[in-house]
Amino acid sequence: MTKGEDRKNRPGLSLHVPEPKFRPGDKVDFTHLAIPEAGDQPRPDESCAASETFPLCTDLVRVLDDEGKACGPWDPRLSPDRVRAILRDMALVRAFDERMYRGQRQGKTSFYMKSTGEEATSVAAAHALASDDMVFPSYRQQGVLIARGYPLIEMVNQIYSNRGDKLKGRQLPIMYSSRDHSFFSISGNLATQLPQAVGWAMASAIRHDSRIAATWIGEGSTAEGDFHSALTFATVYNAPVVFNIVNNQWAISSFSGFAGAERTTFAARAIGYGVAGLRVDGNDPLAVYAAQRWAADRARSNAGPTLIEFFTYRAEGHSTSDDPSAYRSAQEREEWPLGDPIMRLKNHLIALGEWTEEQHAEMDRELAERVKAATKEAEENGILGHGLHHPFHTMFEDVFEKLPWNLEEQSEQAIRERNIKWPE
Amino acid sequence: MIEAINDALDIMLERDPDVILLGEDIGYFGGVFRATAGLQQKHGKTRVFDTPISEGGIIGVAVGMGAYGLRPVPEIQFADYIYPGLDQLISEAARLRYRSAGEFIAPMTVRSPFGGGIFGGQTHSQSPEALFTHVSGLKTVVPSTPHDAKGLLISAIEDNDPVIFFEPKRIYNGPFDGYYDKPTKPWKGHPGARVPEGYYSIPLGKAHTVRSGSAMTVLAYGTMVHVAEAVCRDKGVDAEIIDLRTLVPLDIEAVENSVEKTGRCLVVHEATRTSGFGAELAALVQERCFYHLEAPVERVTGFDTPYPHSLEWAYFPGPIRIGEAIDRLMEA
Repeated sequence: MTKGEDRKNRPGLSLHVPEPKFRPGDKVDFTHLAIPEAGDQPRPDESCAASETFPLCTDLVRVLDDEGKACGPWDPRLSPDRVRAILRDMALVRAFDERMYRGQRQGKTSFYMKSTGEEATSVAAAHALASDDMVFPSYRQQGVLIARGYPLIEMVNQIYSNRGDKLKGRQLPIMYSSRDHSFFSISGNLATQLPQAVGWAMASAIRHDSRIAATWIGEGSTAEGDFHSALTFATVYNAPVVFNIVNNQWAISSFSGFAGAERTTFAARAIGYGVAGLRVDGNDPLAVYAAQRWAADRARSNAGPTLIEFFTYRAEGHSTSDDPSAYRSAQEREEWPLGDPIMRLKNHLIALGEWTEEQHAEMDRELAERVKAATKEAEENGILGHGLHHPFHTMFEDVFEKLPWNLEEQSEQAIRERNIKWPE
Repeated sequence: MIEAINDALDIMLERDPDVILLGEDIGYFGGVFRATAGLQQKHGKTRVFDTPISEGGIIGVAVGMGAYGLRPVPEIQFADYIYPGLDQLISEAARLRYRSAGEFIAPMTVRSPFGGGIFGGQTHSQSPEALFTHVSGLKTVVPSTPHDAKGLLISAIEDNDPVIFFEPKRIYNGPFDGYYDKPTKPWKGHPGARVPEGYYSIPLGKAHTVRSGSAMTVLAYGTMVHVAEAVCRDKGVDAEIIDLRTLVPLDIEAVENSVEKTGRCLVVHEATRTSGFGAELAALVQERCFYHLEAPVERVTGFDTPYPHSLEWAYFPGPIRIGEAIDRLMEA
């Protein structure tokens, strides 16, 4: 047994506290990031052993090259119509984000979160799933709702918390829910949706259903305990579930090193659980589609769960309450080596002769008009704080299936107060 | 009580194909307290199965199963180990109906053995009900007899809201009157042990008057119903003993009617005192029955310490502590 005095000549230990490469004002150089050539990554069979995917967990699955050509075995060979539909949905997400961000700045609502630069990770993935596969999103997958045709006006109603809001003004803006679109209620508590997705997938398997579950999480939230329990349950019961990690490099002000990115990739974690893993260029919509399709087919054929890391970049602030210039270099966005998902898919379609700059500009104009029209229509139902909200008693409903006596009493109290504060 | 719980689970597995049991050691082995014995063999391993040791995972997957349309009944091996599942219970199960405006619900029943009196020490004796009664959207149930355990568990499983179902493990195999130095009696012969065959249910939110009386009202649940009953009997106090059975929703009418009749109220629970459920009961009685009260509301509870091992019977709110409170109430 070593006693204290024997240790006196040993070097002192040091604590490593991760630090991002670039802070505000720093010149950005991303050449340290290994970006492999598009098309170089092998595509194993969907039914392969999870361990066989290990090389792909440290690689980067890419389809679109710098000229916009689709290459290699991961090319999903989509019809031009499908590619145009993905492009259109991504552009609609961006147009919607722009308008809602402005709406928050104009005081029409309290809060908004954009997904700029990450549109492929939700839109292209949603196109690869069946429309009734259950999605357990985090707060930055508005692209799934849009790809599934959820009415824009319903999204705006929710963001404005007005009398048209299907969630009755109870939820913070963007915490959507739509059972009809197989889009699970968004929670503010990070990572909780992962074990829930596994449970849903287990239920589907118990019932010999053919639907699968897909769930999304940011790289920062993979540090939560629910990430671990979800992966464990998924592998134990071979649950038909797809885990999507959107590694956008930033969790508010913390760079991905605080979730462990300095030592390994997020995809590599899959292997330790016995889950298949893929690391994918998250700004390459065709690679995102192909990987999601591979994982969905794997789950659907009872071959097990998959963890996909989408390597991407959060191009904007975390939310309307965040100013990223306080913690990262403004140059990062322009220097990001994987480019912009919308531009890359647009260039691909143009290279194929299936799209033109004029068509693209026309589409952008049309989408901006569509978003504007939805916004105007929603504003007729009210904006936050302007009095057009759900009646007071609705605050007490749905806590339980039936109102218990204490909520009945409190509801009467609220209505009494209302009549004093705002007499008719 | 174990057999009654097993019977309730068996009946619900039989009646409703949506009912799924999951938890640590509950499958092949039948549970560390035998509550699920034989159920996997009878209903199959996709209806009754073992889980990894992860309370957050158990509750989390149960929420997902509920969203799919199943009616999961997760077991947490001891209430002391429910804490890793709290985020899923408080932030998710309890809020799901509200936040989705009824689109998604969590019709789950979390069963968990709770309470002390078994030399369980710090992590096999706790009574954490107040953590759950404080959460809007959760129902909390604590039975005190085999008859009630079966009927309440069936109601809990059929309920479309998440229910925390605490089973006082001290009385799994027989009632316990607090006289720890006397031999334990089995349930046989106790009126609460007459358990009808087959399906029946006891509504949540309805208290049970164990004994009618006029001298004072005793509000209790779980093991403490039996302890309080024995002390009142031995002291010859004509107390009205109310077994609350469901803490949320509370049977406020039963409480009010009784205290208005007796004018005195004693609240008894095993859990620690400060911010315990007894504080809520005392406040409600004070607010709603003030002009009928002839004495301050008394609370007999566990002390504000972690549950000790060697000093269990010094900690447990037994006959002496209850007896003193009864004397104070009657002298006032």
